[in-house]
Amino acid sequence: MNTKIVGKSINRVGGQGRVLGTQRYVADVKLPNMLHTKLVHLDCAHARILSIDTSEALKVTGVHAILTGEDIPKPIPRFGPVYQDRPLLAVGTTQFHGEPIAIVAAETEHAAAVAGSLVKVEYEELPAIFSVAQALDPSAELVQDPDIRVDGPFKNTNILDEWHFGWGDVENCRADEVIENSYVFPIVTQFAIEPFAFLAEPTMDGITVYSAIQNPYILQRIIAAVLDMPLARVRIIAPDPGGGFGGKQHAKFEPLLAYFSLRLGRPLRLELTLEESNQVVRRAAAEVRVRSGFTSDGTLVFQDIESNYLIGAYVDIAARVVSKASYVAAGPYRVPSVRIVARAVLSHTTPSTAFRGFGVPQVNWGVESQFDAAAQKLGLDRVAIRMKNLPKRGEVFIPNNSPADGDWAESLQKAADAIGWDKPMREGCGRGIAMGMKMGATTAASYSIVRLHMDGSATVFAGTSDMGQGARTVFSQIASEELGVPVEKIVISMGDTTAVPFDLQTTASRSTVFMGNAILGACQEVKRQMKDIAAEHYGLLKDSIQVSPGIVHLPDGDRSFEQILQDRFGKVKGEVIGVGSARSELVKGHPMGGYPAYYEVICTATELEVDKETGETRITKMINVGDVGKALNPQHVEMQDEGAAVMGLGHSVMEHFILDDTGCVKNLGALDYRIPTIKDIPLELKTMHVENGDGPGPYGAKGCGEAGILAVAPSVGGAVEEATGVRIRELPLTPERIWTAMNNKEGKE
Amino acid sequence: MPEKKIQISITVNGERHDLEVAAHETLLQLLRDQLDLTGTKKCCGEGECGACTVIMDGHTVNSCIILAAEADGSEVLTIEGLSEKGKPSALQTAFLDKGAVQCGFCTPGMIMAAHYLLMNNPNPTVDEIKEGLAGNLCRCTGYKKIVEAVRTVAEDGE
Repeated sequence: MNTKIVGKSINRVGGQGRVLGTQRYVADVKLPNMLHTKLVHLDCAHARILSIDTSEALKVTGVHAILTGEDIPKPIPRFGPVYQDRPLLAVGTTQFHGEPIAIVAAETEHAAAVAGSLVKVEYEELPAIFSVAQALDPSAELVQDPDIRVDGPFKNTNILDEWHFGWGDVENCRADEVIENSYVFPIVTQFAIEPFAFLAEPTMDGITVYSAIQNPYILQRIIAAVLDMPLARVRIIAPDPGGGFGGKQHAKFEPLLAYFSLRLGRPLRLELTLEESNQVVRRAAAEVRVRSGFTSDGTLVFQDIESNYLIGAYVDIAARVVSKASYVAAGPYRVPSVRIVARAVLSHTTPSTAFRGFGVPQVNWGVESQFDAAAQKLGLDRVAIRMKNLPKRGEVFIPNNSPADGDWAESLQKAADAIGWDKPMREGCGRGIAMGMKMGATTAASYSIVRLHMDGSATVFAGTSDMGQGARTVFSQIASEELGVPVEKIVISMGDTTAVPFDLQTTASRSTVFMGNAILGACQEVKRQMKDIAAEHYGLLKDSIQVSPGIVHLPDGDRSFEQILQDRFGKVKGEVIGVGSARSELVKGHPMGGYPAYYEVICTATELEVDKETGETRITKMINVGDVGKALNPQHVEMQDEGAAVMGLGHSVMEHFILDDTGCVKNLGALDYRIPTIKDIPLELKTMHVENGDGPGPYGAKGCGEAGILAVAPSVGGAVEEATGVRIRELPLTPERIWTAMNNKEGKE
Repeated sequence: MPEKKIQISITVNGERHDLEVAAHETLLQLLRDQLDLTGTKKCCGEGECGACTVIMDGHTVNSCIILAAEADGSEVLTIEGLSEKGKPSALQTAFLDKGAVQCGFCTPGMIMAAHYLLMNNPNPTVDEIKEGLAGNLCRCTGYKKIVEAVRTVAEDGE
């Protein structure tokens, strides 16, 4: 397909404000007459609140009010995207380290903070549950009161839910080699550089809430429910998030702030510290046991996978994370028999939520590492054993689910070639390779309005959040391509539920596909109307008129869109409005509620060296090859994959929350929780794409942006094993762990 | 008891301001709240992430751990002072051209650190760029394109 601007690496639309410092993030918003708020929490993981004394705090100059859980009528409103379990403020007990028990409103941030520190709380610390083993102990305390649980077999346990997927018969397969191992993935956090900030303002119409949220329309629904208001009276203004990565999908303290601001009749602002932000969201930890059967030639005959994901005290979107990742836990392979059991296990820890990859990195760490173990046992090459088991395009590899939608072997081969897989390796160095697959979005509802103005410029309304992935850029390219309007004359309007039509959510790498298709549809509708207008205005038959981007071809010659609009609307003025939508409905009987519109598939290859004295790894080369259908903006796709790869390096070699023996997080700040710096990145980081135009999005695009994180850990793990001779199955592969494993091995020999 | 305020004089982006600051007020708060220069960002608040980087008297500082009172008499350059009449500098343009910006929240601090690096070393090697920007965290880009952007404006860059 010949395109003019789609497929070109144009600069980020909206990038100028970001480099000039004029981009307004939510923390930069100030409202007249607003009060500042501060949350009060206890320095323990789990406690019974005995009393809260606010008298000293209320004496601080500038303090207006303090709200505790006791001040809110019972039953206390609870909320969540699926499970309504999270209270506005803790009542009776705190359920995780950092759960707020009160909120202070004051004239200044400083006064709110001082007063917050003067709120006196008498509490009894309770033993917390913060591991899978503790939670599953039959004598364990129940993290959630059965009264707030949904009915089901697990209501009186710490298992939120359990899923069983699979096909074939894993018990009766002929395998020459059966390999069984357990793998551990730690608690890590999104660590967007922008900490959370929220504002709430009572208005003439109802309430306006400002939040840098990925899913403003879900937040609107939640706040409407908590405040018992119609949707139309709840306006969410969602400035571009300063990084989301899944952590900004769902409601946090917006419902509390909205409730409190209505009570006070004043706008309120809450800005969290980074430490507080790190107590708000995280990725679920996981313990995964994998039993894999292979024949001697490397053919995979079965995968038997049992995963326990440690989720938090409230569910957020964790149930979907666990089930959706587990459904595709066997990866992008042809496997005759599969048994998958997955549990979401409640604990007294920070609620776990979506995080780039949506549960897949956790299980993929184990499942991909099994291929390395099998290759070693069977004397096969690690690329060859994967290649042998990849399905062909169109092949159904998960029964009753979308077939393979790409040439995935191409990604594997390209990555192997680029890393120089067959080249000799120096002593102390190693290479690893792994595939990653995430199931794309199943349901969707995206609406777009495109307004073509009389001067030939256009405004595109799209309810996606641009958190850095570049949605605004790609949408501009689509509209420009379709309407022939230069990007400079297109504005993408986002982030306001009152002005912009509904979009389900900015998740699952969906926006290019679904919102992209909605915009495409709206542009086509504009073009159809241009034909109608020309036919009517000039008294021509519609069949005699052709419309191409920016031009209406009349029998007597071409006219620009602008000319047509001037001719038709004249001095009274007007505009053409196109509406487009892209929906994907629930599918009854499908375990995920619908077929994935696409798969996100990638291959990551890593080359590294390990310092034998210190156990430190130095990544010399990392290659990512994603199957993206069509890169509408190749530079932007590269940016996503590079960023995801380095983020994956974080959980592979350095990141993890460390809990003390009471369940408190010991390393909440940037000093102690280390994310990769510029000095930690691979010396050579290369990103390539496979583009076969086989996606369901505009111009054959698939979703991308998450794939880059899926396969980093197993690829690094394989490389560390080759470099050191030791296999470590617990992430992150810190110098300490590698050094210890190497020395233990040498000690034994 | 009313808060005791301290009188200071500070020059920001070439403009002098006489201000009253609280003893606990940081330079970052002064810039963001008193002068509405919100281009400088707050992330970690403990001098680790570099989001609040500005240039004070010729040196980069983390404005979140400098007290406003300490900045009395100093000259401060922020991201807003790097461009002229809304026209991005060569470095700012390079960040855009090379794809070194995603969410943009770390970008002002990153650019200030890179600007300082180039002021003192107009021709940095890749390793020197990494050393110069090691105190600035970015969670989006994976840094590679940031290195490329800085290389572009180095004297012997592309």
